[in-house]
Amino acid sequence: MTDQPTVQPKIQLRDVAKSFGRKVVLDGVDLDVGVGESVVIIGGSGTGKSVTLKSILGLLTPDRGSIKVDGEEVIGMSTSDREEVNHKFGMLFQGAALFDSLPVWENVTFGLLAQKRCDRHEAHDIAIQKLAMVGMNADVADLMPSELSGGMQKRVGLARAIAADPEIIFFDEPTTGLDPIMADVINDLIVKVTREVGATALSITHDMASARKIANRIAMLYEGKIIWQGPVDEIDNSGNEHVDQFIHGSAEGPIQMAVRA
Amino acid sequence: MNPLQAIGRVVLKFLATTGRLMTFMALAMSHVVRPPFYPRIIVRQMIDIGYYSLPVVGLTAVFAGMVLALQSYTGFSRFSAEGAIANVVVLSITRELGPVLAGLMVAGRIGASLAAEIGTMRVTEQIDALTTLSTNPMKYLVAPRLVAGVAMFPLLVIIADIIGVFGGYLVAVYKLGFNPANYLQNTWDFLTAEDVNSGLVKAAVFGFIVTLMGCYHGYNSQGGAQGVGRATTNAVVSACILILCSDYILTEMFFAK
Repeated sequence: MTDQPTVQPKIQLRDVAKSFGRKVVLDGVDLDVGVGESVVIIGGSGTGKSVTLKSILGLLTPDRGSIKVDGEEVIGMSTSDREEVNHKFGMLFQGAALFDSLPVWENVTFGLLAQKRCDRHEAHDIAIQKLAMVGMNADVADLMPSELSGGMQKRVGLARAIAADPEIIFFDEPTTGLDPIMADVINDLIVKVTREVGATALSITHDMASARKIANRIAMLYEGKIIWQGPVDEIDNSGNEHVDQFIHGSAEGPIQMAVRA
Repeated sequence: MNPLQAIGRVVLKFLATTGRLMTFMALAMSHVVRPPFYPRIIVRQMIDIGYYSLPVVGLTAVFAGMVLALQSYTGFSRFSAEGAIANVVVLSITRELGPVLAGLMVAGRIGASLAAEIGTMRVTEQIDALTTLSTNPMKYLVAPRLVAGVAMFPLLVIIADIIGVFGGYLVAVYKLGFNPANYLQNTWDFLTAEDVNSGLVKAAVFGFIVTLMGCYHGYNSQGGAQGVGRATTNAVVSACILILCSDYILTEMFFAK
C-alpha cells in the first residue's frame, strides 16, 4: 500500500462565493485548515477576510460553494445541527464584543452556562481559572467590561473564546487597536492558549507582525480569491508580487487601493 | 427619475419591509414557545418595562384624568349634564386613554431603549458573539422582551386606569365641588367589565407592538452610531403609529355592533 491515507482537514472551503448586491466579495475561495494547524488569512481592508470567517461561523450564508467542518457540510444545515457544530468553535472578536450588561466572570463562562456544562456557583471559579490562563487576576472577575481597558477586554474575550475548550478558535484582527507592546502580549497569549487547549486556529489580520507570530501557514486573500498560501517561513520568498507588496506595506505595486482623487 | 419608477420603488420597499417584519415576528414567536427559556432575563425585563415605567405612566394618567374632568365639565355644564362627568372620565380612561397614553409613553421609553441596546449589540458584534457561544440571539434577546412586554403592559394599564380615574376625582371633588360619594358611585355604576377588559386586551397588543418594534429595528440596525440612532427613531415612530392604527381596529372589533 503506497496510498497515503487522506487526512481530513478540520475546515475545508471549496469555491465559496458571496456577493452583496452587485459587489462581489468572495469569488471562489478554496482553503484547507488542518487539525491543530494555525492558519492566518492576510489581506487588505475590504478583501473579504471577515466575510470568510462569518461564512464558516454560519453568520452569513455563501451564495455558492461548500464549507466542511470535520468533513461535515455546514451550508444548508438545520439550525439545531448548526448549533451543535458551533459548540466546536470559539471566537475572539475584533472589538472583543463582551456583553456589557454582564460582569466579566459571566462573560467568560457564558458559553458553558448556555450549554449547561456548569451551574452558576461553579461558573465563578471556572471563570477565575480561565482568566488566569490569559494572565488576569481573580479580582477582575467581578468588574464590568466597561471598567476594563481595550487590551484587558481583548484578554477577557480570549478567555471567553477558550472557556468551552473549543476545537477551533477564530481570531478576528486580534491586534487591531492595541499598542505594539500589548499587541505582542496578545499574540503570545494566542500562541500559548491555542497550544494549551490543543485547538486549530484560523485568524484574519492585516498586521504582518502578528501573522508571523501566530501562523504556521499564511494565506493571502485578494479580489475574492486566495492568491497565495504557504508556510510562514516562505512568505518572504513567495514569488508573488501581490504578497511582496502587502508584507512590505508599499503603496507601489499591483494592488491599487481605491482612493478618491 | 421617472415618477412611476419612484412610486414603484417606494411600494417595493414597503412590501419588502413588511415581509421582513412578518418573518421576524414569526421567528420571534416561535422562540417564545420553544425551550430553553430565560426566566432570569424575563424577570429583569419585566422590572425594566413594568416597574420603572410606573412614574411615567402614573403622571400621564393622573393629568389625563384631571384634564378630562375639567374639559367635560366645560362642555357638559352647558347642557346641565354635569352628572355625566364621572361616567365620561371612567369610560374614556379605561377604554381609550389608559391603554393608548400608557402605550405611547412606554413606546418612547421602552421602544427606544430596546432599539438602542440591541442595536448597539448588533454593531459591536455582541449578537454574533451570542451565536458563537451556543446561544440563539432571537431566543436570548428578543423572545424574553416580547414576553415581558405582553405581560407587563396590561398591569401598567390597570394602574393607569386607577390613577386616571383618581385624577378625575381630584378635579371633580376639589375644584368643581362634586360630592365625593356621589362621584364615586357614578363612576362605579357605569363601569362594565367589558370596558376594562377591552382596554387590557389593547394593552397586551400594544406591549407586543412596542417590544417587537424595538427589537426588530435594533436587531437589523447597521452602520455604527448613526445606524443605532436611526433604529431608535424608527422603533419609536413605527410603534406609535402602529399603536394608533391597531387601537382603531381593536375598538372596531370590540364595540362595533
